[in-house]
Amino acid sequence: MSQTSVESTPVQASGGMKANLGWLVRHPIWAFVVMIFIFFSLMTDNFFSLGNFENILVQTSTLGLIALGMTIVMINGNIDLSVGAVVALAASLTVDIMGWPMFESWGNWQILPAVLAGLASGVLLGALNGLIVWKTGVDAFIVTLGAMLGVRGLVFVYTGEQSFFALNFAYSDFGASRFLGLPTLAWVFLIFTVLMHVLLSRTVHGSNTYAVGDNREAAVNAGIRVGPHMMINFMIVGFFAALAGLTLSTQMGASTPNLGRDYELWVITATVLGGTKLTGGAGNIIGTFGGVLAIGILRNGMNLMQVPAFYVLVTLGVILIAVLFLDKQLNRKGGEELRI
Amino acid sequence: MSEAQPVLRLEGIVKTFPGVRALDGVDFSVFPGEVHALMGENGAGKSTLMKVLAGMYQPNEGRIMIDGKPVVMRNPIEAKQNGVILIHQELSLAEQMTVAENVFLGELPRTSWGFVDWKVLEERVGAILTKLNCDFGPRTNVGTLSIAKKQMVEIARALTHQAKVVVFDEPTASLTDAEKVVLFDIINDLKSDGVSIVYISHRMEEIFTISDRITVLRDGSYRGTLVATDTTEDEVTQLMIGRSLDYSRNVEKGEIGDITLEVSGLSCGKLYQDVSFSLRAGEVVGFYGLVGAGRTEIAETLFGLREPSGGTIRLGGEDVTIGSPAEAIAQGISLVPESRKEQGLVLGMNCRDNITLPQVDDMTAGPFVSNGAEIAIYDMYRDRLDIKAPSWRSEVGNLSGGNQQKIVIGKWLAMKPRVLIVDEPTRGIDVGSKAEIHNLIRELAHSGYAVIVISSEMPEILRVSDRVIAMYQGRIMREFTADEVNEDNLVQAISGIGNGKAA
Repeated sequence: MSQTSVESTPVQASGGMKANLGWLVRHPIWAFVVMIFIFFSLMTDNFFSLGNFENILVQTSTLGLIALGMTIVMINGNIDLSVGAVVALAASLTVDIMGWPMFESWGNWQILPAVLAGLASGVLLGALNGLIVWKTGVDAFIVTLGAMLGVRGLVFVYTGEQSFFALNFAYSDFGASRFLGLPTLAWVFLIFTVLMHVLLSRTVHGSNTYAVGDNREAAVNAGIRVGPHMMINFMIVGFFAALAGLTLSTQMGASTPNLGRDYELWVITATVLGGTKLTGGAGNIIGTFGGVLAIGILRNGMNLMQVPAFYVLVTLGVILIAVLFLDKQLNRKGGEELRI
Repeated sequence: MSEAQPVLRLEGIVKTFPGVRALDGVDFSVFPGEVHALMGENGAGKSTLMKVLAGMYQPNEGRIMIDGKPVVMRNPIEAKQNGVILIHQELSLAEQMTVAENVFLGELPRTSWGFVDWKVLEERVGAILTKLNCDFGPRTNVGTLSIAKKQMVEIARALTHQAKVVVFDEPTASLTDAEKVVLFDIINDLKSDGVSIVYISHRMEEIFTISDRITVLRDGSYRGTLVATDTTEDEVTQLMIGRSLDYSRNVEKGEIGDITLEVSGLSCGKLYQDVSFSLRAGEVVGFYGLVGAGRTEIAETLFGLREPSGGTIRLGGEDVTIGSPAEAIAQGISLVPESRKEQGLVLGMNCRDNITLPQVDDMTAGPFVSNGAEIAIYDMYRDRLDIKAPSWRSEVGNLSGGNQQKIVIGKWLAMKPRVLIVDEPTRGIDVGSKAEIHNLIRELAHSGYAVIVISSEMPEILRVSDRVIAMYQGRIMREFTADEVNEDNLVQAISGIGNGKAA
C-alpha cells in the first residue's frame, strides 16, 4: 500500500543479545547453517572432524568463488548464466596452453601464460556480456543465456569433444597442496571472500553496486556511469568463473568439455539462499558465504548419511523455497499486506 | 531587477527527439534569490527544459549561461558543480540504502585508501539534516521514511553543493498541507541565502503563494513571463492553454435518488474508527482530509482490499460483507485508485485491453476472447468519455495523464457499478484536463451513479461535491452540505480544530 508509511526502524544494535538477533534476522541463512551443522554432527559419526570441514571448504570453494561474483552482479540487478560454460572454457584453455610446444622449455613457468590466458578468457567474456547489456539494453538474463549456449558450443569446438590432461604435474600438485595448515584452495576461497566483502561494503564501487540495483534511474540521475559500472561487475564474475575453472582443473589434473554444467543454477541457489535478491539492491557476501556453506554441508552431510543423490536434490529444492519463505516472514515490512 | 545579472540564463534552447520538437527556442532567465515558477500543461516542455538544465539532455541549439558565462553541462554531476540542482518529481532514491548514502549518491567521500569515508559522510549529512530540521538521522533506511521525508532527503542532496539554482519539479504532488508549509519555509530560507528557485507545479494557488515571477511554456515554446503580483490565475491559464477556462462551480444537480450505500460504525484497527455515512444515487460525496486521515483506507475497505474490524456496510438496503475486490465488483462497487500508474493501469497493455480487463471473462466466444466485443466496449467508452487515443491499439503508457485517468474510469463504468469511488481523480493531471475530469464526475452523478470522491485538493472537493465529509486522524469530524461548506470551515474541520463531529 503506497499510503501506509512504514514506521518500523531497523533493529537497533544495542546490547549483545539484541545485536545478535538483529544480525540473524539479516542473515537467516546462518541460523540454518548452525542448525544443519548440529544436525549432521549428531546424526553421523564422520561429519564432526577437522578433516571433513576442510573437505567441505575445498568442495564448495569452486561454487563459492563464482557465487562471490554472482552476488555483485545480482545486487546490480543483473544475472550471469554463462558462468558454468566459462568454467569449462577457462579450464580447457589453461590445461591445453601449458602443453603448447612453444612453452616446452619454460619448465614450471609454462603454467603462468596458461593461467593468465584462462583468467583473461573469463574477464573478456564478462566484458563482452557487460558491453552487450550496456549498449543494447537487452536483459542480462537473455544476453548471458545466449553466452551460456554459445560459449559451451565454443568449448566443444575448441576441444574437439576431448578431455585434456595437465602434462605439468606441478599444476595438479597445486590442487592438492596445503598452506599454513589449510588446503591452498580453501585459502584462495577465504581470501577472495574477504576481498569481495571489503569491495562491496567499504568502497565507492560497492556502494554504487547497491544503488544501481536498487534504483537504476536514481543512479543515472546521480551521475553514476551505470553502463561501465555494470560492465566491470560482469568482468568480476567472469574472472571468478574462470578462477573456479582453474581450481577445479587443478583438483582433477584435467579438463573436460562438460565441466561446470549446471553450475550457474547451483551458484544462483547459493547466492539467493544467502539473501541476495533477484530484483537487485540487496544482498551481501556474508550471506552468500552462508549460502555456499549451507549447500556444501547439506551435500556432504547427506552423502555421509548415504542419502541417495536424487533425494539430495529434492531436499535442496525444498530447502531453497523454505528458507526464502522464512526470510520473507522475518523481513516483512509492516503487517498490512495486500490480499491477493 | 533589470540591472541585476541573471544567475542563470537560457537562450534559444532547441531540443528535438525523433519526430518531436520538444523545445523550440526557449528563453528563460532566473535572477539571484528569486522564486521563478515554470508553468505549462503536460507536454509543454517543462520537464525537458529541466533535464537540459540538469545536464541530462544536451540541447541541439541555444546556450546556457551561468553568472553570464556560457557553460556546457554534460551530465548531472557537471550541472551540480555549476550549482544547478534538480529535485526530481518521481523521487529518485535508492530505497534500500541509508539516507547518508542517498544524499551523496554518485559522489561518496573517499578516504585516502579509496574506501568510502563513512565518518565524513555521516557528519556532513548530519549537519544538513539538522539544518533542515529533519527528525531522522543519516543512518535511517530510506525505505522506512514517508514520502514527505523522502523529499527532505532529495532536498538535502541539493544542499551538498554550493547551490545557485535549485529546481523543484512538482514538489508538492504528494505532500499534505502541513508538509507543504515546511517545504515553503525551506524554499524561503534558501531564497534568503541568495539561492534561486525554479518551481514547477500545476497548482495555481501554490504558484501565487511562493513565486516572484512566472514563465509559461506551451507546445515547447516560450509564451511569456509574468510578475506574480501583477497577474491573475486567469491570465496565466490563458497563456498556458490558449483559451480561458470555465471555472464556475458545476451546481447542476441531478435527481438525488434512494440511499445506495450506507456505512455505519465502520472501523479498521488504528486506521480509522466509527465511520458512518450514507450515499444516494445521483450524488457526489467528497472526502477531504490530510494524507493519513483514513480516507483511502475506507475506500479500500469498501472495495474488499482491507478487512474491517467492526461496523456494517449496507448496499441497496441489504447488509453485505465484501471479502475481495472480486466480490466488491460483483456487488457493484468500483474503485479508481489514487495511483493510476501503479494501481490502476497495465501500462504496457493497449487501451482496449485495459478497459475490458475486469470483465474479459465474460467476453468470450467459445474458448477465445472475442475481439469484436472488446472493441465495441472500448469504442463505447471512448466516445462517452472523449478519450483521445490514436486507436485502441495504443499503449496506455503513451497517453497523457488525463486520458489515462479516463481509461481507468471507463474500465469501471463498463462494469456498470452502483457506487463509483474515485481516489485523487486529478493527481498529476494538467489544468485543462482537470476541468474535464471534474465535469465528467458531475455528469456521472447526473446520470444516476453514486460517486465518492477522495481528494487532497480543496478546490477540487469544493467544485465537484454535493456533500463534503471532513476527516481527521481516522474519524469523521464533520459533514457539510454544498451550501454550508467553504475553505475556512473545511480547513478547521480537517485539522481537528472546532467542535466535535456532526455526522
